[in-house]
Amino acid sequence: MSAADTTTPVKVPPPRQAPPPPGPADTPRRPRTSSPAAVPWLLLAPCLLILALVMGYPLARLVTLSFQKFGQSQLWGFQPAESVGFDNFEKVLGDGEFWTVVVRTIVFAAGAVVFTMVIGMAIALLLQRVSGWLKVLINIVLVASWGMPVIVATTVFKWLFDSDYGVFNALLSKLPGVEMIGHNWFASGPEGLAVIMLLVVWGAVPFVVITLSAGLTQVPKELEEAARLDGAGSWGVFRYVTLPVLKPIIVMLTTLSVIWDMGVFPQVFVMRNGHPEPEFQVLNTYSYDRAFVVNDYAQGSAIALITVLLLLGVVAVYMRQMLKIGEVE
Amino acid sequence: MSSTLTGRRALKLWWNVLGLLVFVTAGFPLYWMLNTAFKPAEDAIDPDPGLLPTGITFANFGRALDIADFWGPVGRSMVVSLAVVVIGMAVGLLAALAISRFAFRGRKIVIVGILAVQMVPLVAMIIPVFLLLNDLGQYDRLTGLIITYLTFILPFTVWTLRGFIVNIPKELEEAAMVDGCSRTGAFLRVVFPLLAPGMVATSVYGFIQAWNEYLYALMLLSQKNQTATVWLGNFTTKHGTEYAPMMAGATMMAVPIVALFLLVQRKMAAGLTAGAVKG
Repeated sequence: MSAADTTTPVKVPPPRQAPPPPGPADTPRRPRTSSPAAVPWLLLAPCLLILALVMGYPLARLVTLSFQKFGQSQLWGFQPAESVGFDNFEKVLGDGEFWTVVVRTIVFAAGAVVFTMVIGMAIALLLQRVSGWLKVLINIVLVASWGMPVIVATTVFKWLFDSDYGVFNALLSKLPGVEMIGHNWFASGPEGLAVIMLLVVWGAVPFVVITLSAGLTQVPKELEEAARLDGAGSWGVFRYVTLPVLKPIIVMLTTLSVIWDMGVFPQVFVMRNGHPEPEFQVLNTYSYDRAFVVNDYAQGSAIALITVLLLLGVVAVYMRQMLKIGEVE
Repeated sequence: MSSTLTGRRALKLWWNVLGLLVFVTAGFPLYWMLNTAFKPAEDAIDPDPGLLPTGITFANFGRALDIADFWGPVGRSMVVSLAVVVIGMAVGLLAALAISRFAFRGRKIVIVGILAVQMVPLVAMIIPVFLLLNDLGQYDRLTGLIITYLTFILPFTVWTLRGFIVNIPKELEEAAMVDGCSRTGAFLRVVFPLLAPGMVATSVYGFIQAWNEYLYALMLLSQKNQTATVWLGNFTTKHGTEYAPMMAGATMMAVPIVALFLLVQRKMAAGLTAGAVKG
């Protein structure tokens, strides 16, 4: 398929022997290596049990809940939860505001993912070219911002973009002819969401850079040399050698980014002091709003379920990649 | 010859300038947090703040500790994160061993299943989890929070430990078994010591993840039981936000975590990429 599959010995694990078959054919020196088929399952049991309980049950409950009428009175047990068929979905899907939120979320996530991946790749490539001391400095900053708790980062960005005392407005105002002091970035949805996107990208780029840098060390130098001898420029080398080798990592990073960016919650929630205005709602805050502000848990669940279904498409791509990795063995 | 050398040098300089730009841009939010945290509060409220520190004071930290109880939330975060890591590591290690050292029917389904669990957005779970804990009388209890945190710590732990285990050659184990060790003995004497650094890194990283979690902590605990991340919300009141103490609070939350993170990230990256490129 590509260079990645055929020419990177580092990535192919050494062939592993399957556990030797049990039985008298074994040489006498061989100790008992056979294990009953139950052993791996016994080892897995606690993990699977916990996941089934803390994931499986709520997931199933999410589905049933979205087909019920479930509000405050059901929560306190004054009324039994009754099944209402597709009512919640009809209500949600028939609501124009919901579709606005869906489009907004997709645009936001797509923008954040593209910026994250492009900037991440550019920095990863740049890191290969800068001097050693600078590489160390950049790495420290990247890791530090990666490790910052999301809440702390959000709080800091809120301060950077404060309308009266934020340093960002002050810096912009230093430009000739620009007067930004007092400018409220959160007065309008698109501007405010742009700031939130900046926060998301800033927090996501380090992971991408560090993972891609690890991947770049696995690009065989001989292959790059060969491409260069064949007349490829630096773009050609990147396009036909580097990119194919990195493809599995890029697919993984993109999928994870889509999942994370479709799922932004604290960034929007905290940035808007816990009450995002209508033009700041994304799917997750919208679902939260329906459930815990309007107290319609069923509708909130329906929205959450639709979000999960939207994500499944993306996850399918990732799963195929994962299955391929599983086949390598 | 010399012209290509100077050309190369110019290019390198150009890359370094770009690199410095990246360094400054990426680092600026961190710098500004520290700068505001340590400068006198009245200097923070300046429409034209100077970029350089105006003087160092610890007053903001004192004020941050005054605004709302700090050690209570930190203690609770500590209890929750430690419990999650201990349970997650014990259970996750067994599962990671099963999928990386045994060939068995259904293995691939288990791997994909554990990965798939990671894909479910936490927010989708929050409503049913809230109702479940409500029914079980675990709402506003740390135990309830610990149980729910396992949903994202456990898959992560299994996946990362697996990355570390596949890096330990199976031949070492087999050699020990040839020399008369039992499978368990081979694991305890050969694999476990080699795995220990990876386990430490995974624990620290898991601890950080649990420590940083916000949504569940916000939803499943009331004000009186809040954890450290939620504590940070105390600086914003109806009367406005006290930014200088808030940045001091943010610093207190971030610095230990960032330091831990810097310590283990190299190991973590190794485990993660090994898990991604090796079966």
